[in-house]
Amino acid sequence: MGETLTILGLESSCDDTAAAVVRQGAAGTEILSSVVLGQSDLHAAFGGVVPEIAARAHAEKLDIAVRRALETAGVTLARIDAIAVTAGPGLIGGVLAGVMLAKGIAAGAGLPLIGVNHLAAHALTPRLTHALPYPYLMLLVSGGHCQLLTVRGPEAFTRLGGTIDDAPGEAFDKVARLLGLPQPGGPAVEREAAAGCATRFALPRPLLDRPGCDLSFSGLKTAVLRQRDMLIAEQGGLTRQDRADLCAAFQAAVAEVLAEKTRRALAASAAPALAVAGGVAANAAIRAALERVAEDAGAAHVAPPLRLCTDNAAIVAYAGAELFRAGRHDGMDLAARPRWPLDSAQPALIGGGRKGAKA
Amino acid sequence: MIRRADRLLASPDATAALARRLAPRLRPGDSLLLEGPVGAGKSHFARALISALLTEPEDIPSPTYTLVQSYAGRTGPIWHADLYRLGDASELAELGLDDAFGTAICLVEWPERLGDAAPEGALRLTFAPGEAAEERRLTLTWEDPRWDDRLKGLRDDAA
Repeated sequence: MGETLTILGLESSCDDTAAAVVRQGAAGTEILSSVVLGQSDLHAAFGGVVPEIAARAHAEKLDIAVRRALETAGVTLARIDAIAVTAGPGLIGGVLAGVMLAKGIAAGAGLPLIGVNHLAAHALTPRLTHALPYPYLMLLVSGGHCQLLTVRGPEAFTRLGGTIDDAPGEAFDKVARLLGLPQPGGPAVEREAAAGCATRFALPRPLLDRPGCDLSFSGLKTAVLRQRDMLIAEQGGLTRQDRADLCAAFQAAVAEVLAEKTRRALAASAAPALAVAGGVAANAAIRAALERVAEDAGAAHVAPPLRLCTDNAAIVAYAGAELFRAGRHDGMDLAARPRWPLDSAQPALIGGGRKGAKA
Repeated sequence: MIRRADRLLASPDATAALARRLAPRLRPGDSLLLEGPVGAGKSHFARALISALLTEPEDIPSPTYTLVQSYAGRTGPIWHADLYRLGDASELAELGLDDAFGTAICLVEWPERLGDAAPEGALRLTFAPGEAAEERRLTLTWEDPRWDDRLKGLRDDAA
């Protein structure tokens, strides 16, 4: 693997402000520090309710995060080999704040600058945590994302499918809202579902009857709403058992759809391993369904720990290390990109208006 | 004077078809305020409308967590906002949405959060569940007379 690299990573593309120092050498990869300021625990997994939208808030916290990350790692900028920064996709103000600070540090300390795709950083996480060799199938499943990717290299991704509307984490949040459960919706719905019967209500399995690996979750949320309103009309309200049964039916539908589409993607990619990352993978029923898919296909199953599946800068620093070794450098013209598809060769996922999309 | 038009949308396809017919009538600086409860079809309408205006097909992700998504449309930028998570109307400036109101085609879900910052002359679309499961009732309301022309014939188009 050559010389040891020490990379400083910056992340500010969504609600959290983060900095980390990662060291990668012949002995493997070590996270020397990972500082996340903001909603750092489970709340971030399914999207908090109060966003840190202000670029100013990121800008105010970023230098504190960087200082803490360097102090915790016990290094100074003189010991850093390169600066890696999330350059998109994300909320543009936040991304800009990170890119500007990274440019400042790079110019001031005379260090190379590497722009990292936020989704690529998530997709490479199983290499940071498990040294998983290429290629592998990656299911990215969180509040804002749902994609199935074959990962062949730090910049080589093939998208096999993704959601044509909402991501599953958003559906969990909205179902929680519809049923009077607290946010974040993922853990709340899972707790309720534990006491429920998954077969009392028949909810749809969106897109399961169609070939391919695309997914849809928006209609599932609407089906829960309709079932809820029917119960209220019939009996004047919802019992606790009704709510638990609705949660169980919803969770079972999400798990079944994710499992079946992942099974198809695993077959299509012929990859020897399935990696699952994102806050939704914290759901035990969904995790178990995906483990079965890998087992049935004779593929390895890798799930990085949740703290590295939510937004953090260690995964950005790690992706930066891989890109640095591959010879990627960016100049002072590095731009912040609100949209940055991992695989621009694939047709766009368009809900409803699909007929108009080119095949 | 507030003008009003009502439409019955029999299915998600009918909602998308109406969005695609409205799309070419929009101009930069037009704002659509999309109201209605969860599951009423606001995002479905917005996705169909945006996809009809894109120069290149691309993903139209939910703006729920990012609050805004912007696109390059045939007549200029398109902004898709979901303000459900907006803490305070003062954050609109941070998002750049107040500037976008004058220059882009803006689709805003949960516009109630705008308060006094709602754009003048906007077209308001209120979605509500219908009798049948797939059915939605849509009410369009506006004060600005320019919408009289923009919407002329929209009702008569085949669904």
